[in-house]
Amino acid sequence: MDKTINVTLKVWRQRGPKAKGAFETYKLNGVSTDSSFLEMMDQLNEQLISERKEPVVFDHDCREGICGMCSLYINGHPHGPDEDITTCQLHMRKFKDGDTITIEPWRSHGFPVIRDLMVDRSAFDKIIQAGGYVSVNTGGAPDANAIPISKEKADLAMDAASCIGCGACVAACKNGSAMLFVSAKVSQLALLPQGKVEAARRAKAMVAKMDELGFGNCTNTGACEAECPKNVSISNIARLNREFLCAKLKD
Amino acid sequence: MSSIGKKTIQSITGGALILFLTFHALMNIFVIISPEAYDAICEFLGANWYALVGTVGLAALVVLHFIFAIVLTVQNYIARGSERYAVSARPKGVEWSSRNMFVLGLVVIGFVVLHLLNFWYKMQLQEILGNELEMSGAEFVQDLFSHPVYCILYMIWLVALWFHLQHGMWSAFHTLGWNNNKWIPRLKCISNIYTGIVCALFFCIPLYYLIINLIA
Repeated sequence: MDKTINVTLKVWRQRGPKAKGAFETYKLNGVSTDSSFLEMMDQLNEQLISERKEPVVFDHDCREGICGMCSLYINGHPHGPDEDITTCQLHMRKFKDGDTITIEPWRSHGFPVIRDLMVDRSAFDKIIQAGGYVSVNTGGAPDANAIPISKEKADLAMDAASCIGCGACVAACKNGSAMLFVSAKVSQLALLPQGKVEAARRAKAMVAKMDELGFGNCTNTGACEAECPKNVSISNIARLNREFLCAKLKD
Repeated sequence: MSSIGKKTIQSITGGALILFLTFHALMNIFVIISPEAYDAICEFLGANWYALVGTVGLAALVVLHFIFAIVLTVQNYIARGSERYAVSARPKGVEWSSRNMFVLGLVVIGFVVLHLLNFWYKMQLQEILGNELEMSGAEFVQDLFSHPVYCILYMIWLVALWFHLQHGMWSAFHTLGWNNNKWIPRLKCISNIYTGIVCALFFCIPLYYLIINLIA
């Protein structure tokens, strides 16, 4: 027999971007500790539907921690109290019987609430469109070993590329800054020879777009790194600062 | 101006102010080691042209640092969104000072005003105006710190200053692009020690007079 717990949920409900939101409290009984957090949310929604109430809207997709779609600010932490995982990888065994769990959407000027716990993260797509790519004239695939890349650089680029663009960094930051995201996207390309060619243009364009979209200024608190489900390092932020300043000095 | 540009100005002005504080602390400590040496330093600086150029430069640094701090803080407040989190936890590894740099900065600048009234107004300004000084530099220090209230106020101020500096120093390197996973903890450690020494040198002076006056 698996263990079950009873929890009280304080969930942010908001009808639309302009509507005034408020917390609603729900009691949910018989939650299996083997279930994931999102399965618990599904259970809540089934209960709400059976009571002829509106289910809670929340984002989710792959439910295996790679797509970056799930969000939720749970008990004061983006992606919940556990470390280095996304909300979909969070399990109910992390909670105790009788716990009150507060669930909020990402709160940031750059991520307006669409409904309930779902926020609009298309600002990240706009930043990527501003320069987070390598322009290539496609031809035959070159030999993989034609351009030597040091293991150290390859590892750093891979670590930066592990960013799934979920927005937890912005949600965690007291300044609503998107620097960890932007720096990871700049670093994964700037570290490699293929991306180096356009590094200056990319850093300038992506930072300009980030500022334009109303994200805050980084003050190096490190909250983003601590809450990042993929452990992206803030040394990427210093790299972005360097790339940006060097690009500006070369103007 | 871009977000990184504004932070670069904060880094450079802040770094320059840390250098100033270093020299300031090294000179001040002589007031308890040798009041004569301290008076000689006061004499050397006084209202000479190089001291005045330095004073104007410092004032410009403080004003720039302060103005950009306000702009950045207001922008960051807006970027946070209109709704605040009902529950928020400070993640581990996040320094308290890093989240309160503006408040700490306000405490520091508030006391700078008091400090200028205590010393600069009575010393350099009077020299600029061509008035005779009431007493020597070391005597001004002894006079002020004969009030235990001032000793304690200055000591509180210096603790706030240290919190501000220990985040500010490594943060400045970070903003100027010193990127390296190994060097982040090292820079933090160096910043803690360096700013700790600077603030401790300052801290010794009110502490020394507080103890001396309590014994006497």
